[in-house]
Amino acid sequence: MSNLRRNPRALYLAMVPGLVLAGMFTFYPILAAGYYALYDWSGFNSPRIFVGLDNFTRLLSDPFFWGAFKRSLIFLLGTVPLQMFISLWLAVLLNNQMLKLSNVFRTLIFLPVVTPVAVIGIVWTFLLSPFNGPINGLLLDLGLVTRPIDFLGSSSTVMPSLVMVYVWKWLGLTMIYWLAALQTVPDDVYEAAKLDNCKGGRLLLLIVFPIIRPFALVIFLISAVGALNVFPLIMSMTNGGPFFSSEVIEIFIYRSAFATAEGTRTQLGYAAAAGVLFGLLIMMLTLLQAFISRHSGKSR
Amino acid sequence: MNRLLTLPKRLVFGDRKPTTHIAVTSLLLAALCCIWIYPFLWMISTSLKTTAEIFMGTGLIPESAVVENYSRAWTEAHMGSYFINTVLVTVGSLIIVTICTSLLGYVLGRYPFRGKSLLIGAFVATVFIPQGFTIIPIFEMLSFLGLSTSLWGLTLATSGHAMTIYVLLFAGYFKQLPDELEDAAIVDGVSFFKTFWYVMLPLARPIVVTVIIMQVLHAWNDFLLPLVITLANPAIRTLSVGIYAFKGEQSIDWSGMAAASTISVLPIVLLFIVLQRYFINGLAGAVKG
Repeated sequence: MSNLRRNPRALYLAMVPGLVLAGMFTFYPILAAGYYALYDWSGFNSPRIFVGLDNFTRLLSDPFFWGAFKRSLIFLLGTVPLQMFISLWLAVLLNNQMLKLSNVFRTLIFLPVVTPVAVIGIVWTFLLSPFNGPINGLLLDLGLVTRPIDFLGSSSTVMPSLVMVYVWKWLGLTMIYWLAALQTVPDDVYEAAKLDNCKGGRLLLLIVFPIIRPFALVIFLISAVGALNVFPLIMSMTNGGPFFSSEVIEIFIYRSAFATAEGTRTQLGYAAAAGVLFGLLIMMLTLLQAFISRHSGKSR
Repeated sequence: MNRLLTLPKRLVFGDRKPTTHIAVTSLLLAALCCIWIYPFLWMISTSLKTTAEIFMGTGLIPESAVVENYSRAWTEAHMGSYFINTVLVTVGSLIIVTICTSLLGYVLGRYPFRGKSLLIGAFVATVFIPQGFTIIPIFEMLSFLGLSTSLWGLTLATSGHAMTIYVLLFAGYFKQLPDELEDAAIVDGVSFFKTFWYVMLPLARPIVVTVIIMQVLHAWNDFLLPLVITLANPAIRTLSVGIYAFKGEQSIDWSGMAAASTISVLPIVLLFIVLQRYFINGLAGAVKG
């Protein structure tokens, strides 16, 4: 830090635009969501009635909320490990300088990342379609199935299908993150490992992974938060259907707030409370998990 | 293809024969390539077929390229105007985000003041909050400003919603720059904003590139916010929302939808292929930061 001083007025002035923008669309909304959660509020133009923790008690006994909560968790547990492991494996392969085609491959894997989610949702809806969809066509041709599978239309296959498409879209980004982490491993580490005849899985597990572990945590966080942000994909593929079987928390919030189903009323306070409650539950799970792993004596 | 198969020695598992290992790996990689490229090929191919042709078979090569699908998507489905909307929102939010976050990150990274660590903590805390949880207050804020059904409102919200991570990236980068250049500028009596614009911002080019790329991806991909804002005003739909609406209204018109999809994918994919190096390095920089 320099010991020469600037005019403080200029400094504060420089911070104003950023702080105003962040205040309006990041900080205020978070605080406001917590505030609205305490009110019964049925529309943007109607009065708000203070109900305290009423919304929360209603949520706790709302099977739709718990269903959505469970599906968000399933989605998280389904996508994150898959994404992390496959992309790490690819990154390790591509990290090697001798692979001439690794650039081409990297580009291919990265294409879905830059493709708008809504487009991916539509294309995969068709690919998975039971009416002349190419994937069912392939399965029929290979004789693996006798009649087309309605991937997105039956409640047993809809979540696995969404998980696959999600991983397909984001794998490239996670792979880039791993590659960035692997670049930080110095070459002489590999040289030394070679001398000690340490190869393959052991090399990765015992030598490379400890070096990139701080990155692994960041990558895990990014992936986990991403998996809670699945609204666009699920919305454009299934709208949360069939019969709510792919309704995750964000879809639940949207449905409660904007009343997209017939015969329901908009419940903005209830929707805000759902967001807050979900956030709290996730935080509790994280703390619980940290507590268990600390006290299970898994000290290395 | 064979060159793809030369695996590094250090990845060969000790007890297995290298050749089988290489064969299995390369087969997997080839399969992955197919899985990754096929949806795109299918999309382009379907966009050039007639509807009858789509329902007859699933061959990838269209009989005769039907360009008419594109004109139908561009005009009847309004993809043309949605495209312009998306570009406007993306470019507008880029300008806003770059200026606001670089200035704020600069001060946070280089100058001490009371309450600074609290402010940085607040920024860190908000990075991981999903959009769906705050959409109602955001919409309300825009209504309060009278912008809840305008492109201006969408641009502002798109800028303000994803900016915390950029501020942290800038702050981290500016923090580790040496003091000499800035001190020289102060001694020479160059004003604060001039120093920032001519000296500091050029130094932070890698972060500027990262932020631009992240914001372009964010704006081009964003769905929930434009969906909510355009519920009452379909004229300002972005491509994402437009395609979603198209699917709802014209669920039979596969070729038109594939054409509309291709229209919204091509620009960003071409941009990516041209600027690939920056994309990859920029996003990698986000993790390192």
